[in-house]
Amino acid sequence: MATIKSSFINLLLTLAIVTLIAGLSLGYVYQWTKEPIAQAQMAKQLKAIESVVEGYDNNPVNEKYKVATPDGKDSLEFFPARKGEELIGVAIKTKSTRGYSGDIWVMVGFDQAGQIKNIVVIEHKETPGLGSKMTTPAFVNQFLNKHPEKLKLKVKKDGGDIDAISGATISSRAYVEAVQSAFDTFKSSVNHATAN
Amino acid sequence: MPQPISNTDTFLKGIIKENPVFVILLGLCPTLGVTSSAINGLGMGVATAFVLVMSNLAISLVKNIIPDKVRIPAFIVIIAAFVTVVQLLMAAYTPALNEQLGLFIPLIVVNCIVLGRAEAFASRNTSGASILDGLGMGVGFTFALLLLGAIRELLGNLSFFGYKIVEADGILIFILAPGAFITLGFIIATMKWMKGRKKSSTR
Repeated sequence: MATIKSSFINLLLTLAIVTLIAGLSLGYVYQWTKEPIAQAQMAKQLKAIESVVEGYDNNPVNEKYKVATPDGKDSLEFFPARKGEELIGVAIKTKSTRGYSGDIWVMVGFDQAGQIKNIVVIEHKETPGLGSKMTTPAFVNQFLNKHPEKLKLKVKKDGGDIDAISGATISSRAYVEAVQSAFDTFKSSVNHATAN
Repeated sequence: MPQPISNTDTFLKGIIKENPVFVILLGLCPTLGVTSSAINGLGMGVATAFVLVMSNLAISLVKNIIPDKVRIPAFIVIIAAFVTVVQLLMAAYTPALNEQLGLFIPLIVVNCIVLGRAEAFASRNTSGASILDGLGMGVGFTFALLLLGAIRELLGNLSFFGYKIVEADGILIFILAPGAFITLGFIIATMKWMKGRKKSSTR
């Protein structure tokens, strides 16, 4: 089929040209989609923040900062929600690496007193129909408007207050752990702020 | 030279007679992996169809200037470029679907259907016929994934394209991996049965 001889120089040249053209066109498409991709990611974060804290009028994504977890191993992203100048709450992006399959990313919203306002799962790869039920109200409602110091953040099997999803104890445990780490980090950041 | 086939045949053969999933049984990894819902199957099918058509076109255009010895690497570079384009476009304009399909989008590069059509068809035919072949195979693949996804979603979640039909739990196993194998097996068996009946009735 090919009319060009398979000489060494021809092989080299054709491959070089093919990769060059492919590379150039990819560069062009990358430039073209860079802006929409950034916007889509921003919209996704804003949507998650919107559902866990309410009544703010700033852009929490632009004011995000990182706080180290108390054990110092990791740091979490904090998205402060302000109304005018007043800080009314904070959304914290946290994760657990102990899910059934892959990391579970969770956004937790706290008000100034440390009460949980809402929790949404940003990303997970848990089993559909079992672990994925952690996004249903029946599970999430157990956390709402509770203060983690009064609510034992452990599944009942481990002596806590949270009813695990049936058939998905591992996912429930990971979820609870993620919420706990968000609260611990929140608490230590508040303690720091008052100590200063 | 291939025997002369009409354009409609080139297009139609991919849909039923040589359906890449149900008859040739190619590209089963994404087929079984992503079809847990109708929308996932449709998205994956359309993405693959786009890559098929574009790579068939590009390869049929350059077939005469690529030396035989480097034809496979050259084809793979071309296919990979189109897959990356699809991935960037999906990340930009359909971020939710892109996350659902995840790793399976970059894996279109190694989907046997795409390289198979490039090697078996596009590198030997005109660009017009290659586009038709890519379209036919793409539509066939999309049809197969959509059918699988719809059946699995219906049985496993009692919903269709995300709309709950009955407010109850479905048969969970159909959303999980084993359900993909079971459903695919039943579809292939049904197709074979229908083919057999057709044959015996014409006899």
